[in-house]
Amino acid sequence: MFKTKAIIRLTSLFAAISWIILVFADITVLFSDMKALPPDVPVWLPRVMLDLYVVSLFYYYKFRIERDEGLNFTDLLWKVFATGLIATVISLSVRLVLFLLGSTKLPNNVLFIDFVYQINLALFINFLLAAFTCWKRLILYQKSKWLIRAWLVFEFMLLGILLYDSIHVALSEAISTIAIVLTSLLGLVLSANMRWVAYLNFKQKWTSLLLLLLSIFYLVYFLYSVTIWSDQITQQSVTFVSFQSHVFNIALLAFVLTYMSFSFLVVLFNLPTSSVFEQKLEEVVNFQRISQSIQTAQSEESVYNILLESSVSSVFADAAWLEIKGAANEQRLFTYQITEKETKEIHAHLEKHKIKGALDQSSDKTKNLSKHLSSLKSTRFRSLLAFPIKVKDETIGTLALLKELPEGFNKEMTRIVSAFANQAGISIENFRLMEEAFQNARYKEELKIAKTVQQSLLPTRLEQDADFEISAFSASADEVGGDYYDTLRISDHEIALIIADVSGKGTTAAFHMSQMKGIFHSLAQLGPNPRDFMAKANKALVFCLERGSFISATYFVINTESKKVFYSRAGHCPVLLFKASKQKSEFLKDKGTALGMVRSHDYRNFVEDNEFTYEPGDVMILYTDGITEAKNNKGEEFGNERLAEVLQNNAEKSSKEIEESVISTLYKFSGSEDINDDYTSMTVKFR
Amino acid sequence: MVHIKRLQEDGADIIAIVGEIDASSSIELDLAIAKSVGEGYKKILVDCQALEYISSAGLGVFMSYIEELRDKNISFVLFGMKERVLNTFSILGLADLLNIRENKQEAKKLADELSV
Repeated sequence: MFKTKAIIRLTSLFAAISWIILVFADITVLFSDMKALPPDVPVWLPRVMLDLYVVSLFYYYKFRIERDEGLNFTDLLWKVFATGLIATVISLSVRLVLFLLGSTKLPNNVLFIDFVYQINLALFINFLLAAFTCWKRLILYQKSKWLIRAWLVFEFMLLGILLYDSIHVALSEAISTIAIVLTSLLGLVLSANMRWVAYLNFKQKWTSLLLLLLSIFYLVYFLYSVTIWSDQITQQSVTFVSFQSHVFNIALLAFVLTYMSFSFLVVLFNLPTSSVFEQKLEEVVNFQRISQSIQTAQSEESVYNILLESSVSSVFADAAWLEIKGAANEQRLFTYQITEKETKEIHAHLEKHKIKGALDQSSDKTKNLSKHLSSLKSTRFRSLLAFPIKVKDETIGTLALLKELPEGFNKEMTRIVSAFANQAGISIENFRLMEEAFQNARYKEELKIAKTVQQSLLPTRLEQDADFEISAFSASADEVGGDYYDTLRISDHEIALIIADVSGKGTTAAFHMSQMKGIFHSLAQLGPNPRDFMAKANKALVFCLERGSFISATYFVINTESKKVFYSRAGHCPVLLFKASKQKSEFLKDKGTALGMVRSHDYRNFVEDNEFTYEPGDVMILYTDGITEAKNNKGEEFGNERLAEVLQNNAEKSSKEIEESVISTLYKFSGSEDINDDYTSMTVKFR
Repeated sequence: MVHIKRLQEDGADIIAIVGEIDASSSIELDLAIAKSVGEGYKKILVDCQALEYISSAGLGVFMSYIEELRDKNISFVLFGMKERVLNTFSILGLADLLNIRENKQEAKKLADELSV
């Protein structure tokens, strides 16, 4: 930054110094010429100084304008205009001074005129170089290798011309003509680079036109005034070299003026089409809005609204509507400048005329339905365009655009809106996928809660008695099941036991399980006989269980006084009992229908009261179907026989040990630690 | 996985279940029965000869129709169950609530008797 500033200062200083030397040298040369004396300074000095002035200014503007990235197109034109304005103002003030001096001797002095001429010339060249640098930036706006090379060649050619001017080597006419023709051709070719014009919006174009017009005016003014002064001097001095004989000045002027006029004309002719370009830009922005709407966590609704807005503004539709089948299959309608009634009328009209695949959900192609509208007298619309909106190849909605003009839509518009509709489809698909992912995460979280609930519903401690010991085991699969077991002491000699399996899985199962627990804890303490317990439990449950859900359960009352077990089985797995006297384990055969299956009062007839007497050494195993239905890798079930066998072989052990052997045999059989159902068992050993 | 076929014989709708019925496939069974009931058949037979396994959810489907079938006076008979499957029905006590027969002939006979 500092370096650039230093260079700018240095170059301006150089320019100033060389100009001052130029003026003095030129006046001296002119003075000597007038007096026909040999000049004190070399004749070539003014020319060299002029070259130096030009080169310094060239670099000054190179650093001032060319390197400044912050300038946009109108800024550049403004720079040219501003430089021209300042130059003109200075030039006009000089004229004012001359005017004020009136017809005194001084203004007619050729040396004074030369001074004024030099001022004007310097300002003129300054203006030209500023314009030259700005044009360079405009021309090289969209660079290509070729373009940069061409420009470099052009700059060197101009430098060559500048040097040629000052050295005045006599070249043959042919060579100089070729050089001039080549430079002009190159300048013309370069002047054709007007891409920047396309990027101006309407307002900027008007500004540019004004700035260019004023700049041309300044240019013409300077050309005029410099010519006048130089003519005046030429009349009085023979050796005076006017600026017109400087090929460089002429070349620079020609180039600047050409590009200026070209730009003016191009901007002027581009004025009517500028709205098209702006339109295109807006489409891009709209496109971005649709695709980004998903990232900003907006709702599906906003995607639809953006789609509707963008489509309408892109094709200048008079009205539009969007019908969408939502995620939950509900129909939704978004409208723009049209009432719901009108859309229904158009719908009905199209349906009446059996126009298939138009606005119905089965259409998968964009349709121009304008011709069908002409027969609908009640509507003000004469053009209709329908687009399907697809998510995962399924049409979820239709976008309809309407115009009051007949034949209002062209192919271009169809393509744009089609792209919008596709993009919206993708956005909605993404949106739904994301929603699904959220749902899944929520479901998983719910399962976790259900699992905790289920675990907390199982008792931490089981009733023990001098007559028996109880062990219980429960392992649940990833999906929450509804296995439940519990114990409750009714009196000194009566203890209630329950094992239950709730149908279904997940939160509902956990919920039903908690109801079962409530029923058990409230009913059991009243000490009903097992069959009554089942009948009452069923009555309570039918109001909370939904269609198709049921609970299988077995309820026991162990009476330590009578040494009897009373039980009722409601659709649960049969009880496995080991009789120490027979040294044999068997499944108790009895009948009973699961809770919740029979909704009428006669449920009592579907369950039984059963009982058996126990003796020390007897073992009772209660279990859920997860155990007997556990499969090995061959697809065989663990089954009742294996369970009975394990009990028979381990019956003399403690309840805990029996349970452990059942579990270890089960895991060995299934061959893996992953279980696909809940394993629950309760082992009661009598003593 | 389950495959459910429906065919009509002598005015009875026969729903044949092939494969296993678990929580997810029970929905198909539910649909098939609902369709049959919806189409107004008065005799519905369920062919369980190729039913390998039925979970509690599947049983729940049958259970959920018991009342509706009774109210609409539809005779509903299951037949040809493998022992294992039948066992599942009887443990839950559904065998007492549903009509279960060994083969198609008996099932048809029962259905005819019931619909009289």
